[in-house]
Amino acid sequence: MTEELDAGFVARQIAESDMLSEPAPGKHEVGSARRRKEDARLVTGRTQWTDNIQLPGMLYVAFLRSPMAHARITRVDPSAALSRPGVVAAFSGRDLADEQGSLPCAWPVTEDIVIPDHPPMAVDEVRYPGEAVACVVATDRYKASDALEAIEIDYEPLPAVLDMTEALKEGGPKVHEEGNRAFVWKFAQGDIEAAFRDAPVVVERTFVQQRLIPSAMEPRAVVAQTDGDSFTLHSATQIPHILRIMLAQVTGIPEHKLRVIAPDVGGGFGSKLQVTAEEVLLLLLTRRLGKPVKWTESRSEGNLTVHHGRDQLQRVSVAADAEGHIKGLRVDLLADMGAYLMLVTPGIPILGAFMYNGIYKMDAYDFTCTGVFTTKMPTDAYRGAGRPEATFAIERLMDELAAELSLDPIEIRRRNWIAHEEFPYTTIANLTYDSGNYEAATDKALSLFGYDKLRAEQSDRRDRGDPVQLGIGVSTFTEMCGLAPSRVLGSLSYGAGGWEHASVRMLPTGKVEVVTGTSPHGQGHETAWSQIVADALSVPFEDVSVLHGDTSISHKGMDTYGSRSLVVGGVAVLQACDKVREKAKVIAAHLLEASPDDMEFAGGSFKVRGTEAGRTIQEVALAVFAAHDLPDGVEASLDSDATYDPDNFSFPHGTHLCAVEVDTETGATKIRSYVAVDDVGKVVNPLIVEGQVHGGLAQGIAQALFEEAVYDTEGNLLTTTMADYLLPSASDLPDFVTDRTETAATSNPLGVKGVGEAGTIASTPAVVNAIVDALRPYGVNDVRMPCSPERVWRAIQGGTS
Amino acid sequence: MTRITVTVDGVKYEEEVEPRLLLVHLLRDRLGKTGTPIGCDTSNCGACTVMLDGRSVKSCSVLAVQADEGDVLTVEGLASGGRWHPMQQAFHEEHALQCGYCTPGMIMAAIDLLKDDPDPSDEAIREGLEGNLCRCTGYCNIVRAVRRGAQTMSGEEVVSGR
Repeated sequence: MTEELDAGFVARQIAESDMLSEPAPGKHEVGSARRRKEDARLVTGRTQWTDNIQLPGMLYVAFLRSPMAHARITRVDPSAALSRPGVVAAFSGRDLADEQGSLPCAWPVTEDIVIPDHPPMAVDEVRYPGEAVACVVATDRYKASDALEAIEIDYEPLPAVLDMTEALKEGGPKVHEEGNRAFVWKFAQGDIEAAFRDAPVVVERTFVQQRLIPSAMEPRAVVAQTDGDSFTLHSATQIPHILRIMLAQVTGIPEHKLRVIAPDVGGGFGSKLQVTAEEVLLLLLTRRLGKPVKWTESRSEGNLTVHHGRDQLQRVSVAADAEGHIKGLRVDLLADMGAYLMLVTPGIPILGAFMYNGIYKMDAYDFTCTGVFTTKMPTDAYRGAGRPEATFAIERLMDELAAELSLDPIEIRRRNWIAHEEFPYTTIANLTYDSGNYEAATDKALSLFGYDKLRAEQSDRRDRGDPVQLGIGVSTFTEMCGLAPSRVLGSLSYGAGGWEHASVRMLPTGKVEVVTGTSPHGQGHETAWSQIVADALSVPFEDVSVLHGDTSISHKGMDTYGSRSLVVGGVAVLQACDKVREKAKVIAAHLLEASPDDMEFAGGSFKVRGTEAGRTIQEVALAVFAAHDLPDGVEASLDSDATYDPDNFSFPHGTHLCAVEVDTETGATKIRSYVAVDDVGKVVNPLIVEGQVHGGLAQGIAQALFEEAVYDTEGNLLTTTMADYLLPSASDLPDFVTDRTETAATSNPLGVKGVGEAGTIASTPAVVNAIVDALRPYGVNDVRMPCSPERVWRAIQGGTS
Repeated sequence: MTRITVTVDGVKYEEEVEPRLLLVHLLRDRLGKTGTPIGCDTSNCGACTVMLDGRSVKSCSVLAVQADEGDVLTVEGLASGGRWHPMQQAFHEEHALQCGYCTPGMIMAAIDLLKDDPDPSDEAIREGLEGNLCRCTGYCNIVRAVRRGAQTMSGEEVVSGR
């Protein structure tokens, strides 16, 4: 079935063929491994992080935070802080109660959803540890922190609500008066009862998606200032545009008087897709004090109060016939909302609802998700957002089904997946997958991995009773990317659309400025968008600059998350370029005394078909600037805008294979090799794509092996530092073998599918499947994540974890 | 307040500092050396790594007064004669950064690593950089970059690990 290949050799081949930094003369920029434009400032330390900003008269804010999970605030008096050196002001939630409004939830997933009031600073009650209860504003950050201890505050403890199943029982403690059930959301297609009733094989499992802390390397920071009329907010955010609209609504500052700037932003992974308490509060503080104010969180503060990710309990069952063909899939999900519903909190598990069926065909699907309040930090988007959870469940189930039927996990997938000739294919979850080739990606992964050889070694180790067992994990995944068609978002009750905007400006000297509504924070849009524009307008890559992240420069946008930027924003850039070219063609035709219908754009010039006479786009730009000789009725501008709303999602897919060595005496797991073959459609920059896959793999593997936000029985977060919350270091991770197959998306003109989340989505089940595979002879059929040595060891001892 | 004298990226500064002031806050808030960022408060992440008297330190774990009479090199002082340091160039060439927040510290730690081991194995690079966390790259390209930087610095022909 597989061909043995030396992965290192393959990697070098890719290097030679694909990773050249500049395209050969006459070749396209799109597809070449351009080194990034962004790097120059980042490797030399000339980056503009929000915390770098210092303004004359600037004041620093520190927040006093609840030490309890759940309590009534019986007394709060910040006045003593005012006598501390350098303190300019101090406020409690009560001082701000009349103006602070409520933090928004933009995704009310059902009609009867409970959306509790969410004051940015707690007024009467705290509902998670770390919730802000008061603040100090002082002349430097040390003085602000010092004065927090002078604030007088008394709490009356209330019971913590920590376990979702317990929280749903009648008569227990409540997080909010309305009860702990936020919503119940259902989806059903096909006759699920029939699918299960007659099925010879049913596999049922309960999986725990542990709570995760996204941990972008740059902590959040906010700077707010006002001239008394208008306001400017700098924030380490992924969503300057959405933030502007939401902050205007919360604070009452008119939208046109509020400028939001996301300067250089050091990673987000969904955690900076939020309207935070601190952003609102800093606007209120600058409005009250008339001075610029800055707040930068400490990491300990961030682990408590940056929204968390995942935290779902998945009860799943699959019914199949005797040959392993899936008949039906049932999913019953409890999703921990935490204490409040933040920007898209309830929508995260619902995004997953459409992905539980994965790449497989089936007759019936039944999905129920119950959103549950607990006294923990609210959850919200974290890399993958709903889709990693769904992919984990189905890919784990496929391995379990294979084990039940004594089939190879690859074979069970082959029997069920959508064949490449069946696209476009409408799934049981009502999505239409436009394209894909699961066979090709899998075949390539198997050969890079040396699957048969590893299976032989596994068998040998089992026969020998080797204390170090080998396990092989498979994950053949897809995901929905390119968020999103606005109509679909509307049908799911989301509060906004999913379009993206771009402007392309031709400058008189022939240089190009591109304004994008996407908001990069590490993705490399400045480079990739330049490549798209260089091809579309036949201008040098170096002559393009990309502007973003400032609402007074880029006034329209839906920002960056959900692997949407290239798939939606990149297409908007391309369409704006098309309009520039159309405008330029008319003017070039006039200059050449020809009809626009006779013009062609080739090799960087507008030419009259069949002649050599031509005008470059730069010459046309200069002629437009001078405007001395334009056709009648034609405006003196080539600049063009485009707003692109996709018709469909995009569906990247791939096959990931993981080999682990598990020491059955200590429970220690070591990843021996990891092969990822991803199909992300057409590739604009293979270097950036590879980097995104690498980083995604690291985060997905970290969920499988290392990371968990842990609350104790009193509801205190134990993992408040990077010493307690185990982000993998270089020595914790293997080298990855990554490769691609390329099936162009048919749903957009670039043929692209998105790559930001693929690695994270695919890798978690690949690793856990490998660990369980290693331990099958010990009667193990699941290990709860993170698969720490202790959990693995206990699983071996007890046959379960 | 304590008066200290410290050289940063070749410039001598005299500053009055509180004894508790962290070196990283002196650099960032007082001297405008914002190229060195802060990623945590428990000295785990290494984003703030600089050289103090020729060896790498996490500047969040050093008091400004401890740098008195010291010579600090930050990422802003690495380039010379209008040319990037080979390690900066290597990080760029190997796409060893995405958001770039860990990059200054990672580059400084990598240069320090090569002082002890000018030709490190991949394993030695991974272990040597254990104190510097990156959330974007998955480290593969950082390892490649450090290898490339080491080759350039030792005058070897650069072979991409890609």
